[in-house]
Amino acid sequence: MTSVIGTWLAAFFTLAIFSFLYKDNPFYKVAEHLYVGISAAFWLIYVWSFTVYPLLVKPMIKNGLQGENLLLLIPFIFSIMMLFRLIPNYGWISRWPMAFTVGLGAGLGLTGAIQGILFPQMRATVLDLWLKNNPLGTLNNWLLIVGVITTIFYFFFSQEHKGAFGKIARVGIAFIMISFGASFGFTVMARVSILIGRVGFLLGDWLHLIK
Amino acid sequence: MNKLGKILSNINRQVIYLLVFLVVALPMILGIKAKVTVTEPVRKAYEFIDSLPPGSFILIGIDYGPSTFPEMNPMLYALLRHAFKKNLKVGILALQNAVNIPIGSQVLRAVAKEYGKKYGIDYVNLGYKPGWDAVIVSIGREIRDVFPEDAFGTPLDSLPITRNIHNYDDIALVIDLASGGTWASWIQFAQARFGVPVIIGVTAVMGPESYPYLQSGQIKGLIAGLKGAAEYETLIHHPYLGVRGMPAQSGVHILIILLIFVGNIGYLLQKRSKT
Repeated sequence: MTSVIGTWLAAFFTLAIFSFLYKDNPFYKVAEHLYVGISAAFWLIYVWSFTVYPLLVKPMIKNGLQGENLLLLIPFIFSIMMLFRLIPNYGWISRWPMAFTVGLGAGLGLTGAIQGILFPQMRATVLDLWLKNNPLGTLNNWLLIVGVITTIFYFFFSQEHKGAFGKIARVGIAFIMISFGASFGFTVMARVSILIGRVGFLLGDWLHLIK
Repeated sequence: MNKLGKILSNINRQVIYLLVFLVVALPMILGIKAKVTVTEPVRKAYEFIDSLPPGSFILIGIDYGPSTFPEMNPMLYALLRHAFKKNLKVGILALQNAVNIPIGSQVLRAVAKEYGKKYGIDYVNLGYKPGWDAVIVSIGREIRDVFPEDAFGTPLDSLPITRNIHNYDDIALVIDLASGGTWASWIQFAQARFGVPVIIGVTAVMGPESYPYLQSGQIKGLIAGLKGAAEYETLIHHPYLGVRGMPAQSGVHILIILLIFVGNIGYLLQKRSKT
């Protein structure tokens, strides 16, 4: 019974959101406002249930503030300091935990980017420009190297894009445009897939027209 | 000429929406089938998983939510069917969002039932942990540092499947099904730092940006969008949601190409009549 009600509610709200494609209407407004309201409430409960309680409050209650658990005081104090952002005169206090978060994120991001992206990707562009009995592979490697070099030229802004430099940069633009085209094509495919999922739900789970 | 041009370049958008809906719905109702060609990135993913010895432990990141599950759920179904058919041990976890876990565990339970697999022996649900970069790095040391218990509060040492799993040395493969940035972190930290093989399944939107990692060998395979899922279903000879959606997908693509042509013809006719 619960799943039937759930399916009917999901079908109603799907159709209510789709109705905006015709024009704005009260059904769409109801669905939109419910979505915003439920999302706000959901995130409040979410942060408490999945982050603050299991990672901070529960260990404190379970084992008390001793030994390793003393470390929990750091995020606890930081989280209180963060709330000072709500008081204009003391807002500067929130900069300390913010600085810690930014520093941690930058540190992790930087090492990850260098070790996991920059070096492996650079290594992947060092390719054979002549592959025996493999003309397509050779062409592929040439395309890759020319594409990387000319695109980097395009992003070199310390020199005006004129003359030979400008021509190379223009080749880079062509590669960038092709990548934008691929991204756009993939985006269309993704959006259509989501529509297929919703229509599949309406025709299958709700109306039982398809198996 | 000018009138025809105006009509062609000003088709009412509601008409276009209706056409798109019909092109999506009719192939599903009529049960039309489309041929699915398997591409290299998906074949590589399939072959890598197929090459794993039975009993290997694989970790699947459920990092997509309700907004993308029509694209991503078919991938999870196909990957789990392949894994259970090969008698691999499966663990799921979520690092992007806690709501992803119910989505993933629903599919996991359904597929496990199909293959007669048991919780705690053949598969495990590790649940959700925030702060994905730090979590991925911590698993490299000891998985119990971040996941001392499964999603239901059972200590990992009490479950036969996880008793001997400590870090990436005991994990044969990480698969991240992502609609956000977690896949890049798995590559940057788990693959680059600890050398664990990684396969990623991403939404079609994210497909183009993930291809370079396949070319560089940082990932063992790539499944992008519903089309990728359909290819995987074809490889495991188990057509399901992905294959079912392909006629509609191709139909809408043809419709969009036709509409681009019609719009451009309309524009040209108008331009010609003006000159």
